[in-house]
Amino acid sequence: MSWAGVELAGWGRTSRGVMTACRPERLSEVRARLSEAEPGRGLIAHGAGRAYGDAALNAQGRVMLTRRLDRMLAFDPATGLLEAEPGVSFADLLETFLPRGWLAPATPGTAFATMGGAIANDVHGKNHDRVGSFGDHLAWIDLLLPSGETMRITEASHPRLFRATVGGLGLTGIVTGLGLRMMRVPSGAVRVRERRCGDLDSFLSALEEARTRATYSVGWIDGLARGGALGRGILETAEPEPSAELARERARTLAVPIDLPGAALNPATVGLFNAAYFRRVPENGRERVVSYRGFLYPLDAIHDWNRIYGRSGFYQFQCVLPDASSGAGLRSLLEEISRAGRASFLAVLKTLGGEGRGLLSFPMRGFTLALDFPRRSGVEELLARLEQLTLEHGGRIYLAKDAVLSAEGLCRMYPRLPEFQSVLEEVDPERLLNSDMARRLRIRERLA
Amino acid sequence: MTVERAWLVLGGSSAIARAFARVAAEAGADVILAGRDIEDLERTARDLQVRYGRTAEALAFDATDFASHREFVERLRPRAKRLDVLVAFGLMPGQAAIEADPALGVDAIAATYTGAASVLLQLVPLLEAQGEGRVVVIGSVAGDRGRLKNYVYGSAKAGLHAFAQGLRARLFRAGVQVTTIKPGFIDTAMTFGMRSGPLMASPEACARACLRLAASGREVAYYPPLWRIIMLIIKLIPEPLMKRMTF
Repeated sequence: MSWAGVELAGWGRTSRGVMTACRPERLSEVRARLSEAEPGRGLIAHGAGRAYGDAALNAQGRVMLTRRLDRMLAFDPATGLLEAEPGVSFADLLETFLPRGWLAPATPGTAFATMGGAIANDVHGKNHDRVGSFGDHLAWIDLLLPSGETMRITEASHPRLFRATVGGLGLTGIVTGLGLRMMRVPSGAVRVRERRCGDLDSFLSALEEARTRATYSVGWIDGLARGGALGRGILETAEPEPSAELARERARTLAVPIDLPGAALNPATVGLFNAAYFRRVPENGRERVVSYRGFLYPLDAIHDWNRIYGRSGFYQFQCVLPDASSGAGLRSLLEEISRAGRASFLAVLKTLGGEGRGLLSFPMRGFTLALDFPRRSGVEELLARLEQLTLEHGGRIYLAKDAVLSAEGLCRMYPRLPEFQSVLEEVDPERLLNSDMARRLRIRERLA
Repeated sequence: MTVERAWLVLGGSSAIARAFARVAAEAGADVILAGRDIEDLERTARDLQVRYGRTAEALAFDATDFASHREFVERLRPRAKRLDVLVAFGLMPGQAAIEADPALGVDAIAATYTGAASVLLQLVPLLEAQGEGRVVVIGSVAGDRGRLKNYVYGSAKAGLHAFAQGLRARLFRAGVQVTTIKPGFIDTAMTFGMRSGPLMASPEACARACLRLAASGREVAYYPPLWRIIMLIIKLIPEPLMKRMTF
């Protein structure tokens, strides 16, 4: 069957439904299925389903599952340039190239994400200060346009279309191939240093220092700590470890086999977990050698970890605040979160180095905070207050994680949105591409 | 260029065939992918080169162009000293579509049965001359019993099962093992959207089983193995009852 009703959900499982989907295995089918999209209702590409909200969903239209387009087409060991199809995942790259001493320079926190998704969300990792985001490492994109034409686009050849496609939520076309510049690594492991930070100020100054010195840096914050301990957590920095081996490492995984009952996560259990996580690192810190897989993708060791939040799912909130306002901004966000007492596992705090190439790229120079909220009554109101605080401090919310942002919020956070919309009008006047996120954020409706 | 050993994958664009090409290449084999969509087969060949560093090439093959099969086999001859063969093509239109247009049923039989029998018959002398090798024929649980919902495709696969039985006896004498794999629900384009829950197996797992079973010289196997039990029960249903069933 070319089209079938398939239950699809964002990773947070708050956005879900049975959608009309296809799963092409070759390019001729990709072209045929795109030509079957209906104007307005449209079609959206869907890779590994790791966007948390509705970015890759289209309940009113059609969805093209791209995971089966997973071939690596060429690799040049002299330059590190890889040509691949959009369904190739970061896990595929790790398995094929880490033993040869190559790694994707920018990667999200899950290796299950695909190259197509990485382009559509211009993803970033724990080394953004050093290497930028995924789009910064793209040599080209092969893009199947709504017109049915496939073009190889680069920033030089098609500047507007390229910048609209990087971070463009899949709304400019279907990515059928890409050229990615891989990065040389000396081994399959990093040396990780962990230390405690007792409060927000010491955390921020430690991160500020780490961004100039460390290759990788990431902070884990206890989102439930209050008062003097507000913002306490663990800072992790890491450097490539030359003395380790390039051995092929098989993933060892556990799985969450069922949806946990909603009550399993409450302020008491999560508070205990967070405190234990903090104390696991000795007071004077510790150092160890960890595989890239373990360091870059810690949660991938637990398959379907989203099920611990139960059937009703969870929201992830991630924003970035510019350097200048990040101290005050983060404090007000953490106070709001702590006051709400919403059980959340560890929050992640990182620095970002600068703007991405995409018109809707998330990064800007500043600090980014990410945390989960189980979906319970009142949490949408909390998220609306966090959106407001983010706006007040000149920040923006990451669309790959988002399910609740307002259209007004989007407009104020992403100043290049009008340019993005005008590119969409040019390449897709009939609106053959559309998504639940695009509808919610009125991305295809605004242009006067 | 002549390689020592290669797997010939007939119908190389199907999900099982692609997965099989990968596991075979990972295990150290070179691969010849044959089928109609050369653009697609070439991309798979490039993937095998990048991922596993194996020699892989795409060759045009049309299962229903029977007259071309002799020349196709001649083109294969110089390519490998030993050829192993996977027959992974088939055509399964919906039963309702076939009844609306019976020509579709003829096409399904021509591709699934006649095409497979034709190319295998052409391959017999080559395999016999090798004096060793493996042939894996992808059959189907649909070929074990004619059913209301899928009897045209099922009959073609039933024919293929019988053909493979005879071929097994024929090639056994030449030192070549023939393995028939009868897949149940595998998560491919053919079954996309089917609600079969935990019975659905991945093409990768099926491909690994094919390679393993061929290596061990197994004659006939179901995949997943549970289907042996399911089909045993279905085959035991008496015909007067079977004709009333709706599946």
